[in-house]
Amino acid sequence: MQFNFTKFSKIYYIVSAILIIASIASLFTYGLKFGIEFVGGSNMQVDFSQARPSNENIQDTLKAFNLGEIIVQPTGQNGAIMQFKGVDEATHQQILAELNKANPLTEKSFQYIGASVGQELRNKTELAIFLALVAITLYIAFAFRKVSKPVSSWKYGVASLLALIHDIIVPLGIFSILGHFYNVEITIPIIAALLTILGFSVHDTIVIFDRIRENILRRGMGQFEDTVNLSLTQTLGRSISTVLTVEFVLVSLYFFGGETLKYFALALIIGITSGAYSSIFIASPLLVSWYKHSLNKQ
Amino acid sequence: MAQKHYIFIGVLILAVLAGIFAYPTPFNNGIKFLNDKLSWTLPQFPDKPFILGLDLQGGVSLVYQADLSQTTDKATAMSGLRDIIERRVNMFGVSEPVVQIQGQDRLSVELPGVTNVQQAIQMIGQTPYLEFGEQKSEEEIKYIQDVIKKVQDAQSKEGATIKDIEKIKDWQLALQGQAAFFKPTELTGKYLTKAVIIFDQTTYKPQIQLQFNADGDKIFADVTGRNIKKPIAIFLDGASIIDTNGDGKIDNQDLYAPIVENKITGGKAVITGDMSNQVATSIASRLNSGALPVKIGSPISQETVGPTLGSVSLQKSLVAGLYGLLMIAIFMVVFYRLPGLLASIALVIYVALVLSIFKLIPVTLTLAGIGGFILSIGMAVDANILIFARMKEEIKLGKGLATAIEEGFKRAWPSIRDSNSNSLIVCAILFFVTTSFIKGFAFTLALGILVSLFSAIFITRILLMVFIGKWAEKAKWLL
Repeated sequence: MQFNFTKFSKIYYIVSAILIIASIASLFTYGLKFGIEFVGGSNMQVDFSQARPSNENIQDTLKAFNLGEIIVQPTGQNGAIMQFKGVDEATHQQILAELNKANPLTEKSFQYIGASVGQELRNKTELAIFLALVAITLYIAFAFRKVSKPVSSWKYGVASLLALIHDIIVPLGIFSILGHFYNVEITIPIIAALLTILGFSVHDTIVIFDRIRENILRRGMGQFEDTVNLSLTQTLGRSISTVLTVEFVLVSLYFFGGETLKYFALALIIGITSGAYSSIFIASPLLVSWYKHSLNKQ
Repeated sequence: MAQKHYIFIGVLILAVLAGIFAYPTPFNNGIKFLNDKLSWTLPQFPDKPFILGLDLQGGVSLVYQADLSQTTDKATAMSGLRDIIERRVNMFGVSEPVVQIQGQDRLSVELPGVTNVQQAIQMIGQTPYLEFGEQKSEEEIKYIQDVIKKVQDAQSKEGATIKDIEKIKDWQLALQGQAAFFKPTELTGKYLTKAVIIFDQTTYKPQIQLQFNADGDKIFADVTGRNIKKPIAIFLDGASIIDTNGDGKIDNQDLYAPIVENKITGGKAVITGDMSNQVATSIASRLNSGALPVKIGSPISQETVGPTLGSVSLQKSLVAGLYGLLMIAIFMVVFYRLPGLLASIALVIYVALVLSIFKLIPVTLTLAGIGGFILSIGMAVDANILIFARMKEEIKLGKGLATAIEEGFKRAWPSIRDSNSNSLIVCAILFFVTTSFIKGFAFTLALGILVSLFSAIFITRILLMVFIGKWAEKAKWLL
């Protein structure tokens, strides 16, 4: 049995193009909501001993401190997370006392990040993402250096890079929407997740490309499209199994893993799903389309 | 027995040891039960705890930016600053504080379990204060000794309370230890230019040379002039400059007080004495920190985690990992049957091995690290899935079982190698480029990938070779 994956290449391209354009549009209109570790500020998590007061109530209590924009988010049963501009420890203690006076509470955590630290972290993250992209492309070109016909090795690298960009832009787009409507922020764990996606989504692509390379050696160079479809069929079971096992732990982490790792897990779920899709429906069909295109030119 | 059986037994022993090491409680309870019932004296398995980061055990983490504009030798100034802050934090009574230099001019201070953050910040941010003290007059010393004796008598009485001690006049003097016998002189750190280590020309023993500035020269001559043959005590932040009684901590029982031989003029003095190079270095470095204090002001970033939040997150993520592991095992058994079961066993061994390595190195576990570890559980079976898928294909092609297993491993290897190298490259970049949160994540993920290669390839292979024999040719539905 063999599926004809590449038959509907155009549909996949259109679907992905829509996803990417929508993501980019969202990134441009809503932008990304960066956490305080990137922009500086204070973050305070508290648990109220009685019912949680309304967000307006909390904001009213904090008004006197001149804290700039105050974001209050309910968490857990009676908890709230508050974000405002950076304050020193003395002010923090005053804020805590004031809140406690209005509604008795215990503080769970407090974080303060100076603006310069945030800027530095942003630069470091940008550098890490850039280096990771370069390293992955180089590695793929290196791993496939022995394959030159009928599609040359650098084309495998470019195809997987395109799939990779797809896998990074789509989660970013989704997070920009989540950030705009649900105040979900880009925090360090989410950056860690995005970078892991870079590594992981290439896994699938490498496994499929490896199979294509092997089948070319077995069957000769003719019928490239057929070879690609055969390879995709052969690796389909593995692709599904691998994605499922990883998704099991991630879904369980999302639902049971607590607040900090929740969006970390979500970013990975989106990225890995997108990665599995792009390896099968973008990277491999791209190789075939490219091959056909160069045939037509000759 | 064939060679594979010996290897299998080796793997089994490794797995059991790792399992007990990672979670010794049930094993030790069993031993205790046996010892109680049968009056044996079997030893308990050592219970080495996991090292938890601040986000999991609660505490405060502070980052400071040092002002090095007044100093030329920045590296020395920073290590001096680190030493001063570490000393202060230790005196504060924090268990296992971590004070580290970050980059060129940053200092990170981690204080586990500290709840009074404001006091901690105040204490750390103070400018180091170096002072030289001289002995009080004989009458005063005699009086203090009397007070100490009275307090000791009151304490040794049965049923003594703090109230009884507080009735004694000037009882506080008894708590000051050695410092009670000294009073401050006019000489402080601001008159000291620097302290250097020199070596005696004949004995090669280290000595500490002090250099005072012009004002300091006069004051020092005064102070030494009136204290000939008497000790001058050196205090840093109100406590002895080093640990003199060798009990590993600096408290009021310590006193560093060299004896003045002669009135010293000319702004230079030498402290001699039988001391190791290490002690001399430490004294000189602290004198310098007091002479040219590096200011750090208030923290540029701060993170405080309450003690309950950390343990709740830890528990939640562990439960999540356990559910994930269970779902993977069920999935593997349903889809890959016997090999799937063996792979699940290998996965459990994998978890025990990684946890043991966390304890052995030891790795400081943070929430990010645990996230990386849990993710690696999901990724660890990927190699097995690749191998089994290949095995199935080979069996379909009509190959014998032993050959199919061999071929499965051989053909899956290039893909396993390429995809994992790729993940390792990303981990390495994350580790070297970014901040501590991601470093922890990248480290555990990389460790997980390496161990998973061992478990998925080596352990699963041995299990397959031992458990799938000729009998399986007739029971191919199991594969």
